[in-house]
Amino acid sequence: MKVELQNITKSFDKKTNTIDNMNLTIEDGEFVALLGPSGCGKTTTMLMIAGIYKPNEGAIYFDGEKVNDLEPKDREIGMVFQSYALYPHMTVLNNIAFPLKQQKVPKKERLERAKEAAEMVQLGHLLNRKPSELSGGQQQRVALARAIVKRPKLLLLDEPMSNLDASLRIEMRAEISRLQKKLGITTILITHDQEEAMTLADRIALMKDGRIVQFDTPMNLYNEPDNVYVAKFIGTPPMNLVEGKIMYNKLQIDKQTYPMDKSRFHLEHGKEVILGMRPYDIQLGWTEEIRFLGKIELLESIGHSKIIHANVFGKRLQLFAKQDFQAEIGAEVRFSVQPAAIHLFDKKTGKSLRKAAPYGDEMFVKDAALQ
Amino acid sequence: METAGKSVPTIPGNTFLYQLKRKLPYIISYGILAVTTLPVIFMYLWLIIQSFASNMKYGLIPEGFSLENWEFLWTNIVYKGAELPSIWTATWNSLFFAGMLTVLEVLIGVMAGYALSRLTFPGREQILKITMILHAFPSIALLIATFYILNFMSLYDSLFGVVLVKTALQIPMTTWIIKGFFDDVSWDLEWAGLIDGCSRIKVWFRIVLPQVKPGIASVSIFSFLSGWSEFLLLYTFIVSNENVTLASFLQRLTSDPNMVNYGVLSAISLFYLIPVLVFFIFTQKSLMKANVGGVKKV
Ligand SMILES: Nc1ncnc2c1ncn2[C@@H]1O[C@H](COP(=O)(O)OP(=O)(O)OP(=O)(O)O)[C@@H](O)[C@H]1O
Ligand SMILES: [Mg+2]
Repeated sequence: MKVELQNITKSFDKKTNTIDNMNLTIEDGEFVALLGPSGCGKTTTMLMIAGIYKPNEGAIYFDGEKVNDLEPKDREIGMVFQSYALYPHMTVLNNIAFPLKQQKVPKKERLERAKEAAEMVQLGHLLNRKPSELSGGQQQRVALARAIVKRPKLLLLDEPMSNLDASLRIEMRAEISRLQKKLGITTILITHDQEEAMTLADRIALMKDGRIVQFDTPMNLYNEPDNVYVAKFIGTPPMNLVEGKIMYNKLQIDKQTYPMDKSRFHLEHGKEVILGMRPYDIQLGWTEEIRFLGKIELLESIGHSKIIHANVFGKRLQLFAKQDFQAEIGAEVRFSVQPAAIHLFDKKTGKSLRKAAPYGDEMFVKDAALQ
Repeated sequence: METAGKSVPTIPGNTFLYQLKRKLPYIISYGILAVTTLPVIFMYLWLIIQSFASNMKYGLIPEGFSLENWEFLWTNIVYKGAELPSIWTATWNSLFFAGMLTVLEVLIGVMAGYALSRLTFPGREQILKITMILHAFPSIALLIATFYILNFMSLYDSLFGVVLVKTALQIPMTTWIIKGFFDDVSWDLEWAGLIDGCSRIKVWFRIVLPQVKPGIASVSIFSFLSGWSEFLLLYTFIVSNENVTLASFLQRLTSDPNMVNYGVLSAISLFYLIPVLVFFIFTQKSLMKANVGGVKKV
């Protein structure tokens, strides 16, 4: 099912817009993740798609049909709530079978399908328990089974794996992905976990304060962030950001100048900019064209490699080093980065200066400046 | 606790003292409870014994067993020359009154409680405040006005009329209590039901109501008991014999202090008590039982 949101605005208090003029198109069978900080309106968006909240303005289309006034029960959706929302007075089996019961599926088939769904989330042995007798992770899996059991046309998952342990989470992730591909269910997943979003989603909508900042494939979000906010949000450790100024095609930071690729960026003399470099793109040693000299402030071992926190221009930058890298705290460290691997943002608007970047409104003016 | 006892076996002389010390708080609290409940227990005992005794010496010591006092069960009592209505009429009327009151109260309370808990409509806050004030009126202060209204509606001397009056007086509190139970049901639960294919009404019956069962149970119990023991309104607004209830029946037996037969009075009091006990035994379980869990607080 294709889902379209057109100019959706939602306000709870008539003063501020929780969702502000949102546009989003999700293709049939697509897996989309809504990613964003707490309170940015992810759940609100999802509840509007589910028909629980009515948007104040704008329209929602399912397969080209306007559904603003369609009851939730008629929308053919399955949803996992952030709070699980299991029915406390029913057993696990009855919880999972409940949506089928509402569809008047015959009892035998209903129970069979419910058991099947329970097996899928590895709950086959707990069918007769009440929700209160389950752990948080088990409850969450019941909610997942209940959401998929009726094979909805649209699956809404509000942080469906937040309470699972790491290994179970990876298993569930694979299960959701497999199921989604197999049944071709259009799926929207809310998550705080960008790794989860990156691995599962075809496209990610990154949200901030009730708006979508960028809606793109995980790779594009990572490689070509449209603005500083996206750059900071996507990728761990986050992108290193340093303020500078354009001086005749070059970037000046603290009296140092660096060559910039004019074919990649809009370079405007005198413009204040932010230079962005992903920690993975930085090489130890002056092997690349853009070179820095820093002081080691901290050396963190993360198993397969080490993270160097280096102080350059009074800013702390992060880069990776081999597992066996050894250095004193306070020692000098040389590192460099390819011109093709850097990102440049307008300091005032936060917009990417990349030539292919979409030019548009200046909604992020106030967030553009670094802290 | 046992392991704690085993951990000090090296000082056998201490074990008794140790046990005593451990149990002392229980001994003290049970002791105090026993002493304070003794008069109540004694009163009930006295009631039972007296109803089955043919005579009470000094009003305290029973002499001889007799069912004489329980004759009211199969014959109508004659008191001060007049025959009182059958006890079964009174029992039935009391049951009707309490049952009707319970049904009305729960029905209205559940619906009003849900509305006040969940729906936003103009005047909601005011209604909540006013109902509380309404509850502050003692029913005795309203007797005269109520009389006029009942009379006007030709409901004077009608049990149903008094049920209406009593319901009106009780509804504010009932609604408040049930509203509290609805407040604890998370919105997500209702929404999940909507998404799983229920209409709003169906969600209410299938999902929301089961969550407030303990609330409904407690309100039913309290309204039944308060209906069963209602006296003032019934005494004031019911005059005819066929509408008499148990409380008024007892009152008639004691109307002349010089002619009270305490044996019969005890027997009828006990009889009056039995339904309450039975009712309580059957309902107390649902008072204690509550379905919780399945919804994470976010
Ligand atoms: N029913 C409501 N009434 C008033 N304000 C609300 C309501 N629901 C949400 N909000 C507000 O809208 C904003 C967005 O809430 P929402 O639940 O959509 O956030 P979220 O992105 O899902 O956050 P989280 O990741 O913490 O779940 C919040 O500031 C919240 O306080
Ligand atoms: Mg949320």
